[in-house]
Amino acid sequence: MKQLEFSLSRWMDGGGPETDIVISSRVRAARNLEGHTFPCLASEEETGDVLEKINSTIAGKKDFSEFLYWPMGQLSEFEKQALVEKHLISLFLARESKNGALLLRRDEAVSVMINEEDHLRIQAILPGLQLEEAWQETEVYDDLLENDLEYAFHENYGYLTACPTNIGTGLRASVMLHLPALIVTRQINRYLGALSQIGLTARGVYGEGTEIIGNLVQVSNQVTLGQSEEEIISNLYSVIGQVIEQEQNARQALLDKKRADLADKAWRALGILEHAQIMSSQEAMQLISDLRLGHDLGLIKLVNHKLLNELLVLIRPGCLQLLAGRELNNSERNIERPVQVKEALDRYKE
Amino acid sequence: MLCQECRRKEANIHIVKNINGNQSELNLCEHCARKKEELDFSFEPQFSLHKLFASMLNQSLSDSREAMQADKMQCPSCNLTFSQFSQIGRLGCSSCVPAFEEKFKPLLRRIHGGSTHAGKVPVKARKRVNILRELDQLKEDLKVKIQNEEFEKAALLRDRIKAAEKEIYEKNDQNEAEKGDQQ
Ligand SMILES: [Zn+2]
Ligand SMILES: [Zn+2]
Repeated sequence: MKQLEFSLSRWMDGGGPETDIVISSRVRAARNLEGHTFPCLASEEETGDVLEKINSTIAGKKDFSEFLYWPMGQLSEFEKQALVEKHLISLFLARESKNGALLLRRDEAVSVMINEEDHLRIQAILPGLQLEEAWQETEVYDDLLENDLEYAFHENYGYLTACPTNIGTGLRASVMLHLPALIVTRQINRYLGALSQIGLTARGVYGEGTEIIGNLVQVSNQVTLGQSEEEIISNLYSVIGQVIEQEQNARQALLDKKRADLADKAWRALGILEHAQIMSSQEAMQLISDLRLGHDLGLIKLVNHKLLNELLVLIRPGCLQLLAGRELNNSERNIERPVQVKEALDRYKE
Repeated sequence: MLCQECRRKEANIHIVKNINGNQSELNLCEHCARKKEELDFSFEPQFSLHKLFASMLNQSLSDSREAMQADKMQCPSCNLTFSQFSQIGRLGCSSCVPAFEEKFKPLLRRIHGGSTHAGKVPVKARKRVNILRELDQLKEDLKVKIQNEEFEKAALLRDRIKAAEKEIYEKNDQNEAEKGDQQ
């Protein structure tokens, strides 16, 4: 049986526009098959039928020859967790799906989840601010799949989804933002609080509920009905554009006032990342953020975005266990974490 | 131990969290702990579907007749009832939407602000959706012509409406008889 290996996803390569602030852009479309019960109410047998139907439509197709197939049932807990941490599948697919499976393009920019909350979740995730490009990628596979499948669609309500919050376009577009300056100066709430009034929502990328870890914030659309895909995406672009501008202003103000402190913080972060022997993931997230800010302000040149993105992912519990090749408990992970961080830093120096 | 946040002061506040069996630990100085607390709770609360359902149900429960009607709504295809739907917050199949439409439409409007799809249409449904959109327009035009007493033009429009309706209903019958057949 093939095994999942730790690999870098396309979004981690550090390319794309606005990478100083926008780490990645993701678009996903929710689709269901007409004539089949949606996964949450379907029996094991029905979800099995859907899986078979989807698999038989892509079998042998050239357009899908670059995809790897991973049934959730054949992956270990930490392998699934690693896929969640790389934003390639949802926690729901990993933990709660019946006959759930993943189709993953080799560059890991496109993934298709089968039997998630909806029969199909097609997503594309790219580095930097590339929502439009991510939607184009998503639509290619949306159209290919629709060639042989009949989607559940209503003339007035659009694509029908299990949850009413996705009905219409079934589209969720989101960006992962690094906003250390807006967060440290507490300006963040002023901007993000207003988002819900224009159909957008913001939350910490990691951590539960309202917590922000590593200064990473995800902004996404909440409204899927009544707006076209293009409107949803251009709405996001204009808001993100303003957030970027505010973050840049806040960074410049910090740099003017606290240049030495910021440089000190970044260099200390690098020192700890290189030499610590025990490290929690929260501490690592904060250090990576400090280092990233130092890099983006031109205060430290020893790293790049690709390395920083790799670090961001490999310090997560699932990826650490994937790299170690075995299950690790919390305290074992805190020892393994700095080992893997050091290896990544050394690889980069070579 | 030094504070994880500022790494300058002594960490004398230890926060242990247990979320779904994942334990995480935070060691902070007093200053950073207070800062973190402020930041954590100042965000807009996440949109809660359950709260929305609860508030809508409470409203309709005040009118018991309406509540009973809502209870009776059931999807003919997957057998999900509206009250089950309002508990789990998930639809069971594509037939649920027309079955619950009366209650569902105001719910969609509350979630999304709108209740009419304005985005992409599946390639296969495009022809049909275009005809339907054309039909709406033709019917509007017809009203105007009749009001203006342009009966000849109205008769022409009526023919076009009939043709369009025929095309749609024949398609439906065909689909029923033989799914996937394209003609
Ligand atoms: Zn502190
Ligand atoms: Zn149903």
